[in-house]
Amino acid sequence: MQELLQQIAEQLPIVIRSLNEGFGQTLRLFFVTLAGALPLGLVISFGSMSRFKPLKWLTRMFVGIIRGTPLMIQLLIFFYFPGLVLKQNIWGSGEAGRFTAAAIAFIINYACYFSEIYRGGIQGIPVGQEEAGLVLGMTPGQIFFRVKLMQMIKRIVPPISNEIITLVKDTSLARIISLQEIIWAGQAFMKGSQGISGAIWPLFFTGVYYLVWNGVLSFLLGRLEKKLDYFR
Amino acid sequence: MAFLQVENIRKSFGETDVLKDISFTMEQGEVLSMIGSSGSGKTTLLRCLNFLEKPDGGRILMGDEVLFDAADARTLREKEIRKKRLHFGLVFQNFNLFPQYTALQNVMLARELLAREQSDYKTNKQRIRQEIQEQAEGLLIQMGLKDKMLNYPHQLSGGQCQRVAIARALNLHPDILCFDEPTSALDPELTGEVLKVIRELADKNTTMIIVTHEMGFARDVASKVIFMDDGNICEMGTPQQVFENPQQERTKQFLNNYTSNNL
Repeated sequence: MQELLQQIAEQLPIVIRSLNEGFGQTLRLFFVTLAGALPLGLVISFGSMSRFKPLKWLTRMFVGIIRGTPLMIQLLIFFYFPGLVLKQNIWGSGEAGRFTAAAIAFIINYACYFSEIYRGGIQGIPVGQEEAGLVLGMTPGQIFFRVKLMQMIKRIVPPISNEIITLVKDTSLARIISLQEIIWAGQAFMKGSQGISGAIWPLFFTGVYYLVWNGVLSFLLGRLEKKLDYFR
Repeated sequence: MAFLQVENIRKSFGETDVLKDISFTMEQGEVLSMIGSSGSGKTTLLRCLNFLEKPDGGRILMGDEVLFDAADARTLREKEIRKKRLHFGLVFQNFNLFPQYTALQNVMLARELLAREQSDYKTNKQRIRQEIQEQAEGLLIQMGLKDKMLNYPHQLSGGQCQRVAIARALNLHPDILCFDEPTSALDPELTGEVLKVIRELADKNTTMIIVTHEMGFARDVASKVIFMDDGNICEMGTPQQVFENPQQERTKQFLNNYTSNNL
């Protein structure tokens, strides 16, 4: 036991440096996905609420397919389809190419989830709010921005928070196309890397990174939710 | 020329004819009570006046201005409608206050947004906003809500919410203030405080149309009563005529049922 601890203590600096690097990639994927999916989700939600029926059904079908299939398959298809089936590597080579493919798959997948949350948030606002705005002579734009938007934001913060926490952990799926995120970095020490091999603890230790990051996010999102508690 | 003239208004939802052929007039300063069982079309009529529903036929005139004419597409334009709506104010059954704003902000919001369309808004911003705030505060004081101005709707009772909603509607100075069952969501005690406010408005000769199930109130406050039944105006007249000497069988039946249920 003591021997093992000593060994870990020796390996620790190397492992931490490597895991930090992997976690950097994890965070990049996390933030890029949010930056893309939060606005794209709003666009998709408008599509799924469109009065133009074909657009509405097409959007809803697309959302249904994305939500109904595993993100892992979507990652594999996005990454391999252009190169292996179309014989055209659009992603570019190496880690940058893998990141682009992963980011696009993640953005599309999460945008679909967000779009359904937005739709619920908008449609859940009582019709009386719009009517009150109308009889007070407000324009549709004023009604959306001055009356509905805050109520929608308040409604969507809890479910969006849930998705954000899930996203942190879902980034690990990008391991399947060998994106060098933190799981990949931890696993490397099992196979052998930088003079360490057969070590499983680095892989287990990655859990601490997820836990801490999700703790920080939960705290911040909880604060935001509290801030919106001033009205009901 | 009548202050408000409603001519042959018709409205159906799918197969259901909700308003069959509604015509009436009212004068400035009058208080019109609309009574009748649920589903008789009272609320739909009120919503037509406020352009929340578009009638299938008929005309609505205010003085010599045609507000709505089903046969004239020019009166149906969205932009025009927004302006014409301001002739009317509407107080809803369930208040529909904006939850994220304080009582004062609820009363001020629409006025502020309208003021922005004034040409001198930019130069006199400070003064205009100051005036709007003072007027809003005055209205809330008039409604007995001096201490509640900075409260959010969820911190207010139903009766207080409804009084904020009345102040909000009054702040746009509508020619006719409409009430859609303003006390139906309130318990008897809170009903009293809202009815008191409406009565005070009637004493100041505010022109009002009140849809209500409070028969005693409808009778006391109104100068004219309309009894609606099945999409038609079944009986119309002074409160004395309609309540004490109804001519139609249906009116008698309705009032009888009402009295026997409220002994």
